[in-house]
Amino acid sequence: MSYRGMIADIVTFKGHNGDVGEAYYARPAGKGPFPGVVLIHHMPGWDDWCMEATRKLAHHGIAAIAPHLYFRHGPGTPDDLAAKARASGGVSDDQVVGDVAGAMAFLRAQPEANGKVGVIGFCSGGRQTFLSACRLEGIDAAVNCWGGNVVVDDPAQLTPQRPVAPIDLSANLKAPLLGLFGNDDKNPSPAQVDTLEEKLKSLGKTYDFHRYDGAGHGFFAAERPGYRPEQATDGWQKVMTFFHKHLG
Amino acid sequence: MCSYITEKTAIFGSAKGADGWSSVASAHVYYDHPYHAALDHALSIDFLSPDSERKIAVELSAESARALVASILAALESGQDAHG
Repeated sequence: MSYRGMIADIVTFKGHNGDVGEAYYARPAGKGPFPGVVLIHHMPGWDDWCMEATRKLAHHGIAAIAPHLYFRHGPGTPDDLAAKARASGGVSDDQVVGDVAGAMAFLRAQPEANGKVGVIGFCSGGRQTFLSACRLEGIDAAVNCWGGNVVVDDPAQLTPQRPVAPIDLSANLKAPLLGLFGNDDKNPSPAQVDTLEEKLKSLGKTYDFHRYDGAGHGFFAAERPGYRPEQATDGWQKVMTFFHKHLG
Repeated sequence: MCSYITEKTAIFGSAKGADGWSSVASAHVYYDHPYHAALDHALSIDFLSPDSERKIAVELSAESARALVASILAALESGQDAHG
């Protein structure tokens, strides 16, 4: 079911260490109850596309929040804050997980919430989604869209900010996981997707992976050359079906 | 891919942006998803002031970035030849 009316605005949420930051919140019009989803933006930041994707979730009956993961570098425009975050080596895993927990708490505190909360992320946000689903309690469904560096082939990639390969936390994964990947992607490569799937399978986890031929990285982004309309349409359909199945 | 690899270079000079001219003291160069350019990946250069504020940002296709590098080197070579 799609909802034609929605309310979307900038809100504040309490993130890691109690720090208060901005988030973009879009929910269907009406009293609900609606399921909630935290949307984790990709590394270039809190951009127009992540807000469009947040509204798309709302259009499909989900109260969605996209926390600005770089707010601590502010004030400034989202692109300048993304540049600052990059220059400082990127945000730490601990901080992101804390911010996701804060955004989840925001969702559950809303009067229109049904109490179920999922997480979705794209690119680096896909990795952070998987990480959050392994580290946080209370995630009812998780969607990893082409998250790179979940499998770390070169230990030199591990840094103080990102000290653990998320795949090594797989035993702690509690939420059902949907994974969408392009077979032409280099990070994650098809071999890395296979490695992750084998790990989840061996642990008896609930997961559903879809690999798309003719698609690379970020094939949902309509304003980029890598956009693949057929695969993106199918992928979004799978996302909505998955969330409504697990979040009500 | 999302990569955290950033090449940082100390520079000396000035740049003109929306606020007019100002000194720039460093450049950050990386190849990753752009914020604005209609590209999957872009060669991005941030020119920063001495207090690390981004004054100028560009996002270029890989091909045009290589062409720019060649132009810079060619201009330097011919200019230094001419001016000594």
